[in-house]
Amino acid sequence: MRLRLVPDDTKIDFFGRWKLWFGISLVLIVLSFISFGVRGLNYGIDFRGGTTIRTESTQEMDVGAYRDALSGLGLGDVLISEVFDPSFRADQHVAMIRIQAQDDEEAVTSELIQQVEEALKTVAPDIKFVSVESVGPKVSGELIWTAVQAVALAIGAVLIYVWLRFEWQFAVGAVVALIHDVVLTIGIFSELQIKFDLAIIAALLTIVGYSLNDTVVVFDRVRENLRKFKKTPLKEVLNLSINETLSRTTMTSLTTLLALIALIVLGGDVIRGFVFAMIWGIVVGTYSSIFIASPVLLFLGVKRDWSKPDNNAGNQFANIDA
Amino acid sequence: MLHIDTWKRALIWLVCLAGLVFAMPNVFYTKVEGHNDALAAIEKTGETPDLREKAGQWPEWLPSNLVNLGLDLRGGAHLLAEVQVQEVYQTRMDALWPVVRDALKGDRDTIGGVQRVNAPEGELQVRIGKPEGIEQALATVRGLAEPIQSLSTPGAKDIEASANGDVISIRLTEAEKLASDDRTVRQALEIIRRRIDAVGTREPTIQRQGDNRILIQVPGVGSATELKSIIGTTARLTFNPVVSRGSDPDARAGVGNAVIPSMDEQGLYYTIETSPVVSGDELVDAQPSFDQNGRPAVSFRFDTTGARKFGDYTRDNIGQPFAIVLDNEVISAPVIQSHIPGGSGIITGNFTVEESTNLAVLLRAGALPAELNFLEERTIGPELGQDSIEAGKVATAVAFAAVLLFMFLSYGLFGLFANIALILNIVLMFAALSVLGATLTLPGIAGIVLTVGMAVDANVLIFERIREELKTAKGPARAITLGYERALSAIIDANITTFITAVILFVMGSGPVRGFAITLGLGILTSVFTAIFVTRLMIVIWFERRRPKTIEV
Repeated sequence: MRLRLVPDDTKIDFFGRWKLWFGISLVLIVLSFISFGVRGLNYGIDFRGGTTIRTESTQEMDVGAYRDALSGLGLGDVLISEVFDPSFRADQHVAMIRIQAQDDEEAVTSELIQQVEEALKTVAPDIKFVSVESVGPKVSGELIWTAVQAVALAIGAVLIYVWLRFEWQFAVGAVVALIHDVVLTIGIFSELQIKFDLAIIAALLTIVGYSLNDTVVVFDRVRENLRKFKKTPLKEVLNLSINETLSRTTMTSLTTLLALIALIVLGGDVIRGFVFAMIWGIVVGTYSSIFIASPVLLFLGVKRDWSKPDNNAGNQFANIDA
Repeated sequence: MLHIDTWKRALIWLVCLAGLVFAMPNVFYTKVEGHNDALAAIEKTGETPDLREKAGQWPEWLPSNLVNLGLDLRGGAHLLAEVQVQEVYQTRMDALWPVVRDALKGDRDTIGGVQRVNAPEGELQVRIGKPEGIEQALATVRGLAEPIQSLSTPGAKDIEASANGDVISIRLTEAEKLASDDRTVRQALEIIRRRIDAVGTREPTIQRQGDNRILIQVPGVGSATELKSIIGTTARLTFNPVVSRGSDPDARAGVGNAVIPSMDEQGLYYTIETSPVVSGDELVDAQPSFDQNGRPAVSFRFDTTGARKFGDYTRDNIGQPFAIVLDNEVISAPVIQSHIPGGSGIITGNFTVEESTNLAVLLRAGALPAELNFLEERTIGPELGQDSIEAGKVATAVAFAAVLLFMFLSYGLFGLFANIALILNIVLMFAALSVLGATLTLPGIAGIVLTVGMAVDANVLIFERIREELKTAKGPARAITLGYERALSAIIDANITTFITAVILFVMGSGPVRGFAITLGLGILTSVFTAIFVTRLMIVIWFERRRPKTIEV
């Protein structure tokens, strides 16, 4: 007996309610922009400079006492939060302390860290400083720029690749879906105020890769079916292709999600934000490859006759078959 | 129909076997690490029974490459330093002044006396007594310029001079500045490496980044602050003539002089000439020692040119004080008692034994040519790294088990084949990481977990396709062949696009992000290999033995 997530021959009409799906996505995108504009991203020190200190103590932690201890040092904006995680021991109390950048170029000075450490030792004598990270504003400014470049470059590169392997309509469909995914991911990060640091950029790029993976598999089937059913309307060909690949789509998304859920529950708090971004990206990416990329392809229309590449000059790549 | 050449089969098994062999050391991580460390120690300091025993923990003939653990997993310190390359320009000008003075001495009759005047940072300005001799003086100064090795501007000189009235301005040329920056950073890199090696920690990463930055990662160091104190000290030692001493830090120093504090005595300031007689670059050795009163001191020896300069100066200035200056503080300012021809001496000050040892290490390693600004620093404690490894292990194991179970439930026997391939996939990944000497970071573990999820994708694509083909094709063998053939283009396209993003991440990213890119990229390569070749081979072998009339996928 086999486990089947999707019945064998599905005939779901994915385009019947395209207005609804597009509407939902559009609303979410607008909400993302509003959230980004109003709340902004909760940038980590990678992107805005400053210092984070992770402390560990066996005593119950009192955020107020920590704050009082540090208030005398004149550090400017200090953020203290307790961290909870199921993997912690019962007497393991972890706090994250974030201090704004003190200088306009360099990272934090040794004296300052020492002051902070001594001040906190008066509150919790057994406190340990398990990590201290500091980034100067000079570097953080560059890091933002590199990150933006990386995401743009990744999207540009896949645009070109899909264009070469398929046709420009496919590339546009794939990239619209990608941008949709990236915008929604940034939206949820700004709405939930999850720390946005370099690792999240890595996650974003992975989402780009994954979402594309999904889209390309559907498109590959579309291309094949376009050759097979020359007279069938495009809409039906698209629908058929999505239905045929639906079993694979759910299967792969589910195995990847299973692995990531294990990681988000058991992997510790340090990478939780990173894993969350990926989980979100996979859900959104799977959705967008079906409900965004394919409808875009439908609107743009596509060359129907794939059997004779000579008829269409400039499509010399269209018939490459691995 | 279902046929794979024997040599291909052999090759596939060979790759898997090699993967197993090269991944194996990671299972015995501590043992192999001890073995490697012991071997390195033997190479450095010679054999001891203790080291030999440690080295014997792991057989010599087995591969001993391990996956490097990143700082976030092992704990350690990370620094990004920017070398203040422009500081060197001023030092060069200070050193040039005596040379210019001596050269112009020969033209005394036409140009009159020479005098150094205040100049902007990085420039040397000289006023001459007779303005009408300016052309002559300019020619003499220009004659001091030396050609530099430069590919972009052939024939370029190292300094340029211009005249304005009776003042000659001398500065480095742009070409020389570029060359100097490059030299400065390379020199700094080398000195940082020597200082860290002197402390003796395992596998430090010391890399140049961009034009004037240096990335330093040292596992096992307690904190970035500690690391900074090892490498951040300039340790620039000079011997300068003393003009006067006093208690006023704002005293008028005069051109070419500077007021600097004493290291030991509060409120004491020396006015010294900024052009040194000899500098620490000319030291050949420095050792911690004790002076005649038994106080900690540092003894040193100059190289030949340094010894000559030092000898000449002490001969000509008996009875005068000279200052031993370290990083803009006067350690001591003894009076020259006699001519010191041998080029060796001793520095005394208020040192502890530890300080004198450190100073000797720093002097031996050489001075940093310029100061470092620390733009980024991170300390990760070993406990946090250990916690992350534990959490990562558990998460990977659970993720793995869940995916294996899920695949078996969905595809039965074929799922089992895919599972074996998946395990081989992880093995191959670790083998590749070990052989490449790549670094595993926390996001890297996430990359592995993600690969576990995505590695099944290729198999899922194939199996789903076989299912479809079974409905129409004539017989299971044909369905399997078609399934593989027709799924291939989707697999290739899907994986190439993900690979593109992994490459971009690798090129643009740094540190942990790069670690993620490596595991993701390698994971794609190994997963495509295992899905296309390994599972196929297993299915073919199974098919040849059983010859089933029908199959269920």
